[in-house]
Amino acid sequence: MLEIFGLLAQGFTVALQPFNLMLIIVGCAVGLFIGAMPGLGSVNGVAILLPLTFLVPPEGAIIFLAAIYYGAMYGGAVSSIMLGIPGASTAVATTFDGRPLAKQGMADKALTIAAMASFVGGTISVILFTFFAPPLAHVALTFGAPEEFALMMLAFATFIGLGGDDLAKTIFSICIGLVLAAVGLDIMSGEPRLIFGDITGFLHGINFLVLAIGIYGIGEMLWTVEENAKAGGKSMLSEATLTWQRTKNNIKEFLGTWKISTMGAFLGYFVGIVPAAGATPGALLAYGIGKQMSKEPEKFGKGAVEGVAAPESANNAASTGSMLPMLTLGIPGSPTTAILLGGMVIWGLEPGPRLFTSNPDFVWGLIASLYAANLFALILNILFIPAFIWVLKLPFTILAPIILTLCLVGGYAPTKDMHDVWLMLLFGIVGYLMRKLDYPVAPAVLAIVLGPLAEPALRQSLLISSGDPSIFFTRTFAGPIMVVALILLFMPVLMLIYRRLRGGGKRKAPSESAAE
Amino acid sequence: MLQRSGRMLGLALGVTGATAFVAGFGSAAVAEWKPRKPVEFVVMAGKGGGADKAVRLMQSIIAKEKLAAVPVVPVNKPGGSGAEALVYMKGKKGDDHTIMFTLNSFYTTPLRQKKLGIDVTKFTPVMRMAEDTFCLWVHSDRKDINNVDDFVKAAKAEGNKWIMAGTGKASEDNLLTDFLNTAYGLDMKYIPYKGGGKVAKELAGKNANSTVNNPSEQLGFYEAGKTKPIACFTDDRIGLFKDAPTFKELGKDFVYYMQRTVVGAPGMSDEAKAYYKDLFTKVFNSEAWQTYRKKKALQGDPLSGEDLMAYWKKERDVHEDMLKKMGELN
Repeated sequence: MLEIFGLLAQGFTVALQPFNLMLIIVGCAVGLFIGAMPGLGSVNGVAILLPLTFLVPPEGAIIFLAAIYYGAMYGGAVSSIMLGIPGASTAVATTFDGRPLAKQGMADKALTIAAMASFVGGTISVILFTFFAPPLAHVALTFGAPEEFALMMLAFATFIGLGGDDLAKTIFSICIGLVLAAVGLDIMSGEPRLIFGDITGFLHGINFLVLAIGIYGIGEMLWTVEENAKAGGKSMLSEATLTWQRTKNNIKEFLGTWKISTMGAFLGYFVGIVPAAGATPGALLAYGIGKQMSKEPEKFGKGAVEGVAAPESANNAASTGSMLPMLTLGIPGSPTTAILLGGMVIWGLEPGPRLFTSNPDFVWGLIASLYAANLFALILNILFIPAFIWVLKLPFTILAPIILTLCLVGGYAPTKDMHDVWLMLLFGIVGYLMRKLDYPVAPAVLAIVLGPLAEPALRQSLLISSGDPSIFFTRTFAGPIMVVALILLFMPVLMLIYRRLRGGGKRKAPSESAAE
Repeated sequence: MLQRSGRMLGLALGVTGATAFVAGFGSAAVAEWKPRKPVEFVVMAGKGGGADKAVRLMQSIIAKEKLAAVPVVPVNKPGGSGAEALVYMKGKKGDDHTIMFTLNSFYTTPLRQKKLGIDVTKFTPVMRMAEDTFCLWVHSDRKDINNVDDFVKAAKAEGNKWIMAGTGKASEDNLLTDFLNTAYGLDMKYIPYKGGGKVAKELAGKNANSTVNNPSEQLGFYEAGKTKPIACFTDDRIGLFKDAPTFKELGKDFVYYMQRTVVGAPGMSDEAKAYYKDLFTKVFNSEAWQTYRKKKALQGDPLSGEDLMAYWKKERDVHEDMLKKMGELN
């Protein structure tokens, strides 16, 4: 234990050198911007800026890129809340409640809570990282396909099991997402599938951002255009006012969510550790569980503060968590850490089990810099809130073309293929229609993120066990996770039976509950 | 119109990217051909994989040593085991500003997906930068397995419960697994995972019994004492693992490498060809690339022009033969 403090102190002497400190601040600011731009998530940001890092020593380089990664996690919430377009896949869950809050004229509250929850998630996860990296690396190593699948089931189950929304429509929406997720290459057979004959644009599958920006960005815009026409051009995209009193209240409300923020931090961190999962499933899972934990679950999706705090805390925690397999196993825990890993090779470092002992300055400098990056990202984010609010004061007629441009660039940037831009516009219309017909779109987005992770894990597991599903229940980690997932999955049915049994004694169950 | 707007947007992005690069815009000698706009460096695999890392390393070498007057921009096209990248390159016929970094899916994907209509000998050979090697790996806790005989004994005892993790159906790993199954009368079960790093981890975490990873993918676990090589599919023993024999020594005539080659679009002009050959010779000879080769236990001399084309034709026939034996082709 004492040894860790010594190493951490040594790390701080690296991270707090004026030059490295400057890199942290610049990195956070750049990340904030990149994260806030739809489509320009941390993956692209880190990839674009990677060549710049040859100008500085490896410690400075990783500190800079990690700060960008971090800043982007904070920034992703900004466009999710203000424009309803997730800036990165990690911020999807933030739109669910952040957007309604902004529409109700409380964008300032959503932004403040997102920033503070990010700080809590980031800080708790860095502390966990500092003290429990090596033992957790061992756990991450033993996580195989069955464990991964159990985790994905848990994420799906939290969504379906929540009830609330129309269950049939939720399942329908998930199925649409799963079918879209299946487009592209079947990694088990190596054959392309569902590519509509020979359309090569489908070969790389349907990028998550194409669906998310289409449904949320374009779809939302069409919706607002319609409302705007009804309101005679007066409607605003989102509204907010900024006063001291309000800020104080916002902070107080955030403190009220401490349980859920802490849950998000722990959950996000552990999901982030699982190689290949990353921050997006972590955030979605935290949102689902946050709703279960909440005293007012019915407010979720309509502008619950807890619905912003849970995913924002979790995605920052997961981004720290995903650095663990990167540093200790040499395996990326998320797409962004995959690029960081490439960078480490270029800087002449060998990520893997021995990195902690062979390059302590690098590892502990990075860990110490994460503490600092968290603090600066929080400060920068809070300072920028008035500027964000000012942007929202622009009339919709000016904002709309800007947002549309951002959407188009965001759809094009990840693959540099016009095919995806047309697809995105198509999804925009579909998203608009889904809203009109009152279908929840979030489950579809959830499915397209988790589908490509869940499918290979399921098939690998069943191949290993020669088709015997008991493999999901007999393993140390997979078993308990799967049981919890199944309980959550059948929660609506169980609740129904429970209500029937209890209600049956007094009087006949009301017809509505039978219809559920 | 579609094509055009796509290109315009690409150009715009390229230009914004350009400002971020260290490479200067000076030195405008008129005599020979030089790229006039950013060069697109297509990767046949996703971000963060072995091929992607190599491309980003080359990009950094070119930028750092100012080898080119324009930036080189990596573009990942991982779809369909490289089919997406191959189709894209085919469409870039006669383009002097698009190059691609390939693996062995360069041979296997066109062979398996005939309808793509790709003839790899139509592509422009630029430079083979390395050949990656393969070894057979098991977990270090398997004290009972110290040579190929032990391995065969253990795998035979488990029958089809013996799990071999690999990188995808009909991939390099699958070809090697099939070879081992046939050569030693085994019935190992092949489970495909996404990427060699993941495969290496499955072995270290004991979720698989063996793998045929590249040395670079297992190196970290090997150094941490988690995994060990049993034998390698090379001509000579690999310097890093002097104790692991080659299958050739053991009387099985099986040597297998994975190319790491820079390819130009079909119909690239001779001037451009000469330019890229010169550029990648410099990259090859750079200290950073040589260090990388040594660290990753990469082999293979630089190869270009007609020699590279002859190598492709030979390798393609070898792969066609192997795929036929697997029953992947008819």
